[in-house]
Amino acid sequence: MRLSRGARVTLGSVAGVILAVIYLPLLVVLINSFNSSMNMTWPLPGLTTNWWARALEADGLVSAITTSFEVAAASTAISLVLGTLLSLALSRYRFFGRQTVSLLVVLPIALPGIVTGIALNNAFRTMLGLQLTMFTVVIAHVTFCIVTVYNNAFARLSRMNRNLEEASADLGAGLWTTFRLVTFPQLRSALFAGGLLAFGLSFDEIIVTTFTAGGDTVTLPIWILNNMFRPGQAPVVNVVAVVLVVFSALPIYFAQRLTSTDQRR
Amino acid sequence: MRDSASVSELQANPVVRVSSARRISTLLYARAKLRLALLLAAPVFWLGLVYIAALLAMFVTALYSVDSFTGDIRPGFNLDNIASLFTDPLYVNVTMRTLGVALLVTVVDVLIALPIAFFMAKVASPRLQRILVIAVLMPLWASYLVKAYAWRSVLSNTGLAQWLLQPLGLSTPGYGIPAVVITLGYLWLPYVILPIYAGLERVPNSLLEASSDLGAKTWATLRLVVFPMLVPAVIAGSIFSFSLSLGDYITVNIVGGPNQMLGNLVYTNIGTANNLPMAATVALVPVVIMFGYLAAVRRTGALDNL
Repeated sequence: MRLSRGARVTLGSVAGVILAVIYLPLLVVLINSFNSSMNMTWPLPGLTTNWWARALEADGLVSAITTSFEVAAASTAISLVLGTLLSLALSRYRFFGRQTVSLLVVLPIALPGIVTGIALNNAFRTMLGLQLTMFTVVIAHVTFCIVTVYNNAFARLSRMNRNLEEASADLGAGLWTTFRLVTFPQLRSALFAGGLLAFGLSFDEIIVTTFTAGGDTVTLPIWILNNMFRPGQAPVVNVVAVVLVVFSALPIYFAQRLTSTDQRR
Repeated sequence: MRDSASVSELQANPVVRVSSARRISTLLYARAKLRLALLLAAPVFWLGLVYIAALLAMFVTALYSVDSFTGDIRPGFNLDNIASLFTDPLYVNVTMRTLGVALLVTVVDVLIALPIAFFMAKVASPRLQRILVIAVLMPLWASYLVKAYAWRSVLSNTGLAQWLLQPLGLSTPGYGIPAVVITLGYLWLPYVILPIYAGLERVPNSLLEASSDLGAKTWATLRLVVFPMLVPAVIAGSIFSFSLSLGDYITVNIVGGPNQMLGNLVYTNIGTANNLPMAATVALVPVVIMFGYLAAVRRTGALDNL
């Protein structure tokens, strides 16, 4: 199949337009954070840095960011442990029910978030009689964060040379020593990439969070949602959004650097 | 390096006292099943006891009812909730609307994803290809709320869409179902582009050349060679956009005006109406639809493309 020059140019322009549309809304948020109109009128009646100053002292913003960091850090830590265990089990052993277990890991992201949310809400409140706290949010986040760690670690373990582990055992190292000195160093960058994804997923999650967080647990997405519709707060949300987008570029940069060093190896 | 020290001690002096850690390690080394059980115990306990048990409990709760006086949940076998899914016009309408939105979002996303994925996989140079993949992936990292919110300001009556469309004699769609389709389509687009791009990457160029050598025109090659090979990838992408749209309720709140989707009904039943059994019943709808969809497409091999 040979595409004519015209067809190539057309395809290229279509792709260009699609990409422009993908980035347009993010650009609009950036520009609106300097929009002097509170209702974000377009074209801009004037520019102001007022919202940026207001964001610094916005009510509850700092504590929401702290809460999100704590939830994401705790969920990532637990997911790292559970995901690693699971990837070791599924990559090193063939056993009855292996397919079921691998489906079990994917299910929390294959079903809509609202299903996970209500199922856990029901289980915590009605079945177990628990109060909804930050702790229940972490439990909920871990269920869908495990899969990102697992996917990364499983892919790495499948490519790993098992002879090194056997050599280590032959030289007298115990299981833990072999894991610590032979397996883990090879797994480290995959775990970092998976952990980064899990952190991002948890930090941004809103649907499961609204169902499993108590009234006094306000994560950053919940704070944004609460403030979005409050009069006079909307432009401040723009500022927070811009900062979030800029900060989310950091994990992409790290993830890209990691995968490129892995490919070089 | 205490372990390596103890190894050399062992070699030098075979009767040295063996540490308990080493004894456990030796025991585990000999028993593969025990090792497997220890590895699986914690994660399966977590996913099984937290997630699966919660899902099953939700199915049971859907059969409970709520005392209309006290608001307490009455356990017991009761099909009223499930019946009202089919008889109450509210639930029927919202289910139909949600299904329609999810289908429309999926179709729009696939139609947009096909040309850009084709350009990325078969036209762009390798360098441009890498840049495009990053460019498509990047917005995935930006917050979901931020992106939905961005569309709220673009589509508002005084927003960018109105400003751009007014000279053409058009106006912004405003907040409503079209805005929901646009925003959801925007949110899930990268999830659809990436599997289709990966699927196109797997179509060998030699096959396309063979087709043209045999006299097929570009369109015939696309229709007879490329599309049949692409079906599993397209379905894999559609699983994401379909499932994510079915369960969404926040985008509807942000750009949907007064409209409701299934997620909103779950949310109001659990919140203001305080009717947890009904919320659980409504949540069953996306689960049943998704399992039906997954079962229908399993044969195509789409699940391996996820």
